[in-house]
Amino acid sequence: MTTASLIPAAARGEVTQARVIHSEWIKLRSLRSTLFTLLAAVLAMIGLGLLFSYFTADRWAHLPADEKAHFDPTLVSLRGFYLAQLAVGVLGVLVVSGEYATGMIRASLSAVPRRLPVLWAKALVYGVVAWVLTTAASLVAFLIGQAAMSGHHLGTSLSAPGVVRAVLGAGLYLTVVGLLGVAFGALIRNTAGGIATVFGVLLVLPVLAEALPSSWFQNINPYLPSTAGQGLLHIHQEPHTLAPWTGFAFFCLYALIALAGAGVALKRRDA
Amino acid sequence: MIEAHSLTKRYGERTAVSDLSFSVRPGIVTGFLGPNGAGKSTTMRMLLGLDAPTSGRAVVNGRSYAEHRAPLHEVGAMLEARAIHTGRSAYNHLLALAATTGIPARRVNEVIDLVGLREVAKKRVGGFSLGMGQRLGIASALLGDPATVILDEPVNGLDPEGILWIRNLLKGLAAEGRTVLVSSHLMSEMALTAEHLIVIGRGRLIADTSVAEFTAQAAGDVVRVRTEDAEKLRALLAAPDVTVESRAPGVLEVTGLSSDRIGRVAADHAIALAELTPQQASLEEAFMELTRDAVEFQAPAPELVAAGSEGSAA
Repeated sequence: MTTASLIPAAARGEVTQARVIHSEWIKLRSLRSTLFTLLAAVLAMIGLGLLFSYFTADRWAHLPADEKAHFDPTLVSLRGFYLAQLAVGVLGVLVVSGEYATGMIRASLSAVPRRLPVLWAKALVYGVVAWVLTTAASLVAFLIGQAAMSGHHLGTSLSAPGVVRAVLGAGLYLTVVGLLGVAFGALIRNTAGGIATVFGVLLVLPVLAEALPSSWFQNINPYLPSTAGQGLLHIHQEPHTLAPWTGFAFFCLYALIALAGAGVALKRRDA
Repeated sequence: MIEAHSLTKRYGERTAVSDLSFSVRPGIVTGFLGPNGAGKSTTMRMLLGLDAPTSGRAVVNGRSYAEHRAPLHEVGAMLEARAIHTGRSAYNHLLALAATTGIPARRVNEVIDLVGLREVAKKRVGGFSLGMGQRLGIASALLGDPATVILDEPVNGLDPEGILWIRNLLKGLAAEGRTVLVSSHLMSEMALTAEHLIVIGRGRLIADTSVAEFTAQAAGDVVRVRTEDAEKLRALLAAPDVTVESRAPGVLEVTGLSSDRIGRVAADHAIALAELTPQQASLEEAFMELTRDAVEFQAPAPELVAAGSEGSAA
């Protein structure tokens, strides 16, 4: 039995942020759940976009006048984002909570005892992957959706005002949802708890806010994470919302605060 | 080299480790022994900076673990065999760990061969047996060719061949000049593998001794004698520093005299002996005696595990 020193002292590398990013990329791409979840997000985005576009166009003649007046062909083709955010958010939570569930986190933090590089690397790697895929899916959903509506002369094009912002916005919104998932996964360290929190914040808060007196609702609603973040997808600014990029800046700020909290918790708590 | 200086860890009211100090030298295998719940795993997590001590300090190769810039090259650890994502293949698990410090894929393949997981390296870890999981844990520990190796219960769940393999691996690592700390709750296993022992119970240091010393202490010098003339022999053997006990008719247990001497006395007085056997308290019994007060969960009638049963496998 020999384990003779196979790594010469000169080749003993230090832990760097770039290496930890490489490590997290290997981790992300080597799990089947990553593939399936991201595939689900892309299919939801494109499939639902096509369905909504097709049926909206098909039933156009029967739609009430006020719906026709508020018709936003870009948003209709991007509607799949609503389902896609579930997949992207869940995978974001799993990127961290999966390590706690299996005990892998102890191996990860033993390899990188300063800990924070692991969290930043997870956020960066998953953020980039989610951004590339959801932006591509958003563009495909838009093009297919407009094609489905063009027969009824309802479609729009990328050159129309605000359309590029909305198409890119769907990818950006979903990316930040993914980062919120990473942050809550690290804060709560439990898959079910992390998922419940992310979607409590994104989906349940707006519903609860609606139960408030309407003057309160009008003041609070623009700053709710999902309202603020989804402003980018609307060609025409909704009532009681912030300007698209202002809203998105707030949404990013919430995600940064959550990530910073996750960093503090990761550094302080026993693994 | 591992040093613990007054390590203490409290979880709320419960004190898991209390004022624990010891050092682990390079070049030998050091066994870290204690009953379940004694604080072995907590101590090992503190050595690796995973749990922060409530007070005290753990130093590995001259620094606290978190201060090492290339930790995998300093300390290789297996804390639980299952600290591995079950959805990933063994190869990708090792590759991801290796990437943190720039260890090349070639080394990943080397450790896979070293622990004998070549055939299952690309399979998902979720389907691994306990023994395969242990081997993968050991592969992770050896990945960075570290100067110090820390393994928590490495023989758990291994078959006799696997146990023998670990035993030889640990001795080989120590012979190369590495510091090797191995925890176990089995004294008999440590007696065969380790040279030095650190025994803890209820989070406190009970013994810090060499295996040879521990064995010598445990052995005692009881001689079992069976004869029809037990009462006559008993009277003949009586002396100030000799105690003779009789637990069954015709059987004496003599402390303070060698078997040679007892045989001579019996022969001189024409007493026929049916049996004359020097007794060794088993290591496991000695260990249990030592930690009796420190066992957290006690069965009403604890069964003794015969020491030396592992020895036949060696």
